[in-house]
Amino acid sequence: MSQVSTSPALGIATKPERRDIGLRRRYAAERRFRLYGMAAIAFGLLFLFLLLFSVVSKGYTAFQQTMITIPIEFSQQIIDKNNERATNPQKLVTANYPVVARNALAKVLGVSEDDRAGLKAVNGMISDSVRVQLRNLVTADPSIIGTTQTVTVLAHGDLDSAFKGQIDLTVPETNRKVSDKQVGWMNQLAESGALSKHFNTGLFTNGASSRPEAAGVGVALIGSLYMMLIVLVLSLPIGVAASIYLEEFAPKNRFTDLIEVNINNLAAVPSIVYGLLGLAVFINFAGFPRSAALVGGLVLTLMTLPTIIIATRAALKAVPPSIRSAALGLGASKMQTVFHHVLPLAMPGILTGTIIGLAHALGETAPLLLIGMVAFVADVPATPMDPATALPVQIYMWANEAERAFVERTSGAIIVLLIFLILMNVGAILLRRRFERRW
Amino acid sequence: MSISLLLLIIAVIGVAGYLFGSWRANALAGGKLSSLHSRPGYYGSFVAIWSVLPALVVMLVWIIASPIYISSTVRGGFPEEVKATSQAEQNLAYNMIGAISRGLNTLSAEEREAMFADSATARTVLAAKGVPLAADPAPYMLTSADDLNRMTKASGTFLSILVIVAALAGAFVSYRAIAPKFRARNRVEGVMLVSLIAASSIAILTTVGIVASMATEAIHFFNMVPAWEFFFGTTWDPRFAAAGATASSGQFGLIPLLAGTLYIGFVAMLVAVPVGLFAAIYMSEYASRTVRSVAKPLLEVLAGIPTIVYGFFALITVGPFLRDISAQLNGLVTGNYASFIQAQSVLTAGIVMGIMLIPYVSSLSDDIITAVPRALRDGSLGLGATRSETIKRVIMPAALPGIVGALLMTASRAIGETMIVVLAAGVAARMQLNPFEPMTTVTVKIVNQLTGDLEFTSPQTLVAFALGITLFVITLCLNIYALYIVRKYREQYE
Repeated sequence: MSQVSTSPALGIATKPERRDIGLRRRYAAERRFRLYGMAAIAFGLLFLFLLLFSVVSKGYTAFQQTMITIPIEFSQQIIDKNNERATNPQKLVTANYPVVARNALAKVLGVSEDDRAGLKAVNGMISDSVRVQLRNLVTADPSIIGTTQTVTVLAHGDLDSAFKGQIDLTVPETNRKVSDKQVGWMNQLAESGALSKHFNTGLFTNGASSRPEAAGVGVALIGSLYMMLIVLVLSLPIGVAASIYLEEFAPKNRFTDLIEVNINNLAAVPSIVYGLLGLAVFINFAGFPRSAALVGGLVLTLMTLPTIIIATRAALKAVPPSIRSAALGLGASKMQTVFHHVLPLAMPGILTGTIIGLAHALGETAPLLLIGMVAFVADVPATPMDPATALPVQIYMWANEAERAFVERTSGAIIVLLIFLILMNVGAILLRRRFERRW
Repeated sequence: MSISLLLLIIAVIGVAGYLFGSWRANALAGGKLSSLHSRPGYYGSFVAIWSVLPALVVMLVWIIASPIYISSTVRGGFPEEVKATSQAEQNLAYNMIGAISRGLNTLSAEEREAMFADSATARTVLAAKGVPLAADPAPYMLTSADDLNRMTKASGTFLSILVIVAALAGAFVSYRAIAPKFRARNRVEGVMLVSLIAASSIAILTTVGIVASMATEAIHFFNMVPAWEFFFGTTWDPRFAAAGATASSGQFGLIPLLAGTLYIGFVAMLVAVPVGLFAAIYMSEYASRTVRSVAKPLLEVLAGIPTIVYGFFALITVGPFLRDISAQLNGLVTGNYASFIQAQSVLTAGIVMGIMLIPYVSSLSDDIITAVPRALRDGSLGLGATRSETIKRVIMPAALPGIVGALLMTASRAIGETMIVVLAAGVAARMQLNPFEPMTTVTVKIVNQLTGDLEFTSPQTLVAFALGITLFVITLCLNIYALYIVRKYREQYE
């Protein structure tokens, strides 16, 4: 109304002014609102990108490992001074192999045997795991004692970090873990080709180790594999059977209502509660061993079941009633209808749901912490009853280690875990694309 | 005979039963299948079920019952002075007998003779065989161990015989029952139905297991620590479990943990709710088909990333970043480059958890917003409202109950989240309002109390179950309320 009083001032010739109903303001609000929406999506995607970038940029170097290839003299003098290995096989096991490796490297670098500080610095360049490596070589073939063999040994974790450029060399020498002398030697060895980066197979085969350069996820992978097998074998049949009953047979009564509400709630129970259940029931009450993959598998099965049941029921529901009617009309029993006709048609959906449930179970950590899988397991578990650890738990344990080299390992392990998850999810998507039917 | 071999035998009998059953049905039909009530496979399955199922039941019962029987017989054979001691000491003695009996199996006949002649040598003899004993065994233990061995062996033999007989008898009886008029399919389907029902009862069993196991352990805890001290105590200081100490020496106040849980959850919701809601609105109302088909799955990737990865991200990237940036800010303002945000803090954990929750909020709300009927939108747009006005004034009010339900479900996830807070929130249980300082949560304390050596008699361990049941009840209430709201809301349009 206020516009009417101002318009006469402009004269009669002008076109009748459009009534200002705040369109400009409203369109601005519209644009702002739209912008908020885009900003929200951008924020989410930004963090997804940051997360992946942070993991990959820290972790891709873990797939390479610095190694030193040197001629090592298996000196009789050091390994078996008094030549008693024939009578005392223990001699070969307890021999001082790190000294053998140290002397070999010192010789290459031209460090005198009397230079104690020099030898110590040389020793700091080789991983402690050389002890096991050389011991295995010698016990496998004692005849190499006294000869000189070319052996590739792991570099020490700190040297590995330095060679990958992760250690800031401008920091004063006393404040960092590699000395200038070691860096000089490192460059010298690298130029001669003795020191170089190799693909890190140890990451996939080794077990837990307190030395980052020798630590790997191999044992954890086996543990995870056992658990996934147990989850698959138990939760798929049980889940499918439960959903078939609920979807196809169950009468509408209090009992089935109760089951239904139950399943929906179980899907939302925090995973750590399943860990408490496993600890109280499987370990304390039933007396299963702690840290066993079997217990982990059972706990994850209980956790995955609701997911599978919900997915299976959705898949069964998607099969049109005409299929059922046709089968029943031809004289099939209810059970035959379900198992011969409905279930095969629902199978792609069921498998998709199962794979996604398995992927969740693979990444789950919290319940496994409570049933004692936070254990230092260096040996591959032979059966599901042996102490084992799992990939996400291994990541958790490494994340708590302080050393720089472990950050790299942790990120590397996360990359491995994410690759598995991506493969599983892509598999599920392909399965759905390939077999899904639109009715 | 080992259990696995026995299972194999049962399986073989079952398969044979199936083959013979179907073969006999075929023979009875004499080439005219329509004279049979069911298809031959059902007769086979009927025989197979009858040979496997009773045998398995017998086996299960025997495996559970026989150790109990043997243990009570062995304990009954204890000398009177041992029977007079406490239950715990008798258990100790029984465990030792168990160890000796394992050791006895590894000995040769002469070694046995020598050991029985002089029980004092038993410990060294058995240690040499890789069976360590805690103390020198009393003479009666050797005979008891011998009895135990004998009974275990006899029980094993009986079990094998009984199971095989049960399997064969079942196969025989059911094989004899096969006749053209026999309703094999109905019998088989009956068994199938029962197993389907059993499978769906596992969901109930799980819930019962969760509640029962946590409740019993929590009641043990409340016998040691009064419930009101737990629920209303403001100090969390559990101390360490000392061997033999039964009196509660620590303080178990839930309030600081609950405060931390809710505070971190609140910060997380502060991040997740606006971002998730706006993302959902944009995706359902504005985005073109292509944008939607790219952005939606990408956002959902956030939900598929394991929480341990978020925890690591918070620990290694977000925490240090916040710390450094706070130091820079502080330096710019006051000239003092000291960080006021700690690397492990409520803020760090809250932000990262919020990111994790974005896809939950967005996909749940997306479903709810799309479910609002087209007519409401069209009506509003037709009256000249802009899109944003339609969303704010029409769609959101209509979708509100559903969205509140979705937010409640998200909140319950935030409360139960473990790995992010374990790595990023810190372990200090205190009550304060500064989001830049570390606080701790219920889930962190459950993990802390249960990693390491456990003793199911100390309040330090049992408190985890009291915390667990609190967590369970809170999340359960949130979820039930959320489901109730969502269901009630859905009825409006359907």
